[in-house]
Parts: sequence; C-alpha cells; structure tokens
Amino acid sequence: MSQVTHASELTRRRMLQGAAVALTAAAGTVVLGVTGPAGGQATAAGPEASDEFDEVFKGRRIQGRPVQGGGHHHTAGYTVLVDGEELHMMRNADGTWISVVNHYQTYPTPRSLARAAVQELQGATLVPLA
Amino acid sequence: MAVRKNQASLTAKEKRDFVGAVLALKRAGRYDAFVSTHNAFIISDTDNGERVGHRSPSFLPWHRRFLLQFEQALQSVDPNVTLPYWDWTADRTATASIWDAAFLGGNGRSSDGQVTTGPFAFGAGGWTLNVRPDSRTYLRRALGSAVAALPTRAEAESVLAIQTYDAAPWNSSSEGFRNNLEGWRGVNLHNRVHVWVGGHMTTGMSPNDPVFWLHHCFIDKLWAEWQRRHPGQGYLPAAGTANVVDLGETMKPWNDTTPADMLDHTRHYTYDTGF
Repeated sequence: MSQVTHASELTRRRMLQGAAVALTAAAGTVVLGVTGPAGGQATAAGPEASDEFDEVFKGRRIQGRPVQGGGHHHTAGYTVLVDGEELHMMRNADGTWISVVNHYQTYPTPRSLARAAVQELQGATLVPLA
Repeated sequence: MAVRKNQASLTAKEKRDFVGAVLALKRAGRYDAFVSTHNAFIISDTDNGERVGHRSPSFLPWHRRFLLQFEQALQSVDPNVTLPYWDWTADRTATASIWDAAFLGGNGRSSDGQVTTGPFAFGAGGWTLNVRPDSRTYLRRALGSAVAALPTRAEAESVLAIQTYDAAPWNSSSEGFRNNLEGWRGVNLHNRVHVWVGGHMTTGMSPNDPVFWLHHCFIDKLWAEWQRRHPGQGYLPAAGTANVVDLGETMKPWNDTTPADMLDHTRHYTYDTGF
C-alpha cells in the first residue's frame, strides 16, 4: 500500500517537473485561495490542474481533479473519488474544503479531505450521490 | 406553553417519553424525511451561491423552524413531549448522563464506531439508518476523538458578547455573532460539537443521531440569550441581499416563514431557565 502511494507521489512529482511536493501543495492552496469568495466554481479549473492526485491510501484508491464549471454536483470545481465513487465536497470561502462525511471541519486540500474520508469510512463504501 | 428543558434535569419518565416519540417517528417512516431535508440543504448551501440552512444569516431561524417542525411531529405522537437541550458547556464528558443507556446511549465501540447501548443501538432493532452517506446501517459515534474538548462556558460567553448579528459577505467567512456561533470562525461552538460527537454527527446526515436535536436546541437557546443581551441588535441583512435570506424573505423549504417570524421564540415555547 505504501509503495503504491510512494509511486503515485513520484509520478506526480515528475509531472510537476521536479517541484517539491510540499511547495506545490502550498502553491495550489494559494492559487485556490486567490479565486476567493467571489471566484466561484468556474475559476477553479486551470492552474490547479497541478493539484490532481491519484493514490492508494489505507487500501482505498483516492483520486482528485479539478472539473470544469462544477459539473452536475456544482460549486466545488473539483471532484474526489473514493474507489471510483464520488465524494460530495464543497469549498469554503477561505479556500478550505469539507466533504459530506466531514461536514463540520475543514481541510486545507482535497487530498487531505479524501484521506480523512477514508479514515472515517473504515472500509465502508460511499452511497452514490443522488 | 411548551417548555424546553435541560436534558440533565429530565425525569426518567420524560426521557422515556422523548425516546419513545422519536422511535415512533422512525417506525412510521417520518423521521428519515428530516434527515433527508437537512442533508439536502447542507450540500446545497454554498458560500458563493444560494444559502439558507447553513453558513448564512438564516442558519439560526432556519434551524429554529426545523426544530419546531420536528417538535410538532413528536407532539403528534405524544403531546407531552418537548425538545430538551444539551448544554455541552456543562455536561461535557463521555460519561455524562445524556449518554446513559436509558437515554441516548453511549459512545461507539472502538472497532467500528457502532453505538451498542441504549435505544438507538442498531442491535436494539429500532434504529436502522436509511438516509446515510455510506454502506453502514448502524449509528456511529466517537465521543471526543476528533477534537478533545467541547466548548467551555467562557467560550460561549465570548461569542454571546459579540454585538453584531451577522456581516457581509454573509457566509462562512463573516464576522459577527452568527458565524462565531456556527463555528466557521473564532472559538468554534456549533461545528465543534458535531465534530466532538463524531460518527454520523460529523456528516451531512447528522440528524441520524438524535443528539442533533438536543445540540441544536441549545444553539437555539444561545440565540435567545444573545437577543436578551443585545436588545438593540437584530437580524441582518434587512433587505436586498442576493443569495441570502433577508429579514422579511421566506425560507425554503417551507416558503411560508421568514426570519422575522422566528425572532420571538416565546410565541412557540419557553426555556426552563431565565437568561
């Protein structure tokens, strides 16, 4: 499990042309923050494409990527999948994120939100979004 | 006039009657509609778009109306039942009597978070989760695991001291009483309690845990306390605010109730203690 995670990180790092992962994550957060309260979903695609992730965390595949215009499930401008099932998520005005399974605490990045969801799920599968 | 009481002061019979009415709503299929409604609003209320139930000024009147609707449903089963409130600044441990098997049941077990004691334990047979975020059908809790401490009375007082009800941009980034009480800013009262209980209380389907009603009843009481302390202050915004429920605008899903209609709780119920 940890090796798969490690490999994903390496792939991501190559994609980012060697930029330090920590720096990229921080930069991604800043860019997301810049779109700000009035920015809305449409602006979330684009620069944050670098914030995509695909890894296996505690045995679950978690993926995240920006989406154009927020798609069917609006507003986030970003989608997170847990084993292929969409996790409902939302972006706060300050750039932090919440998900339907952690709706009263904020996470700095979609990846940290996805990992928290895996911890919360304890192996359970998400119910498909209505 | 209905009196809403501190849960810690309920008699054994009052606890039984409350639990009995909740279980009756569940059996009748009426309870889950409240879970669905809450989740529908929590996932559609957004900081940059339309927002009614959460992260907006109408967080307080919306939940006051929602609790009234639930209390009326309980009273359709048992006219003597009223919503109790949980003062988590006072009853702040996992061993407080609110978590007794004779009332809401205890913490979730460590292996899977499943509540195994009390009337809402899955094994008791009357509490299967139908409106849920994942495949698990049993009620879960993790008291005090994701955040160590419930808010203190001093922290609640610091929020009650805030003069302005709410402020632009009328969302989770706002200054003001409402957002500090809701918890997106500052010492964090309401949100933190959801996180402290853990399990389903941390999800958009948080009314799956009956403690939801007792938590929100205390939030509602804190709003009344704030009003008493700041008689010159009122609900904001007054008018003309896009995506936000102004004082005289109706709230979804009822479309017949405005924040102005909800300001005076004594039209509907009183609390057992003065403030």
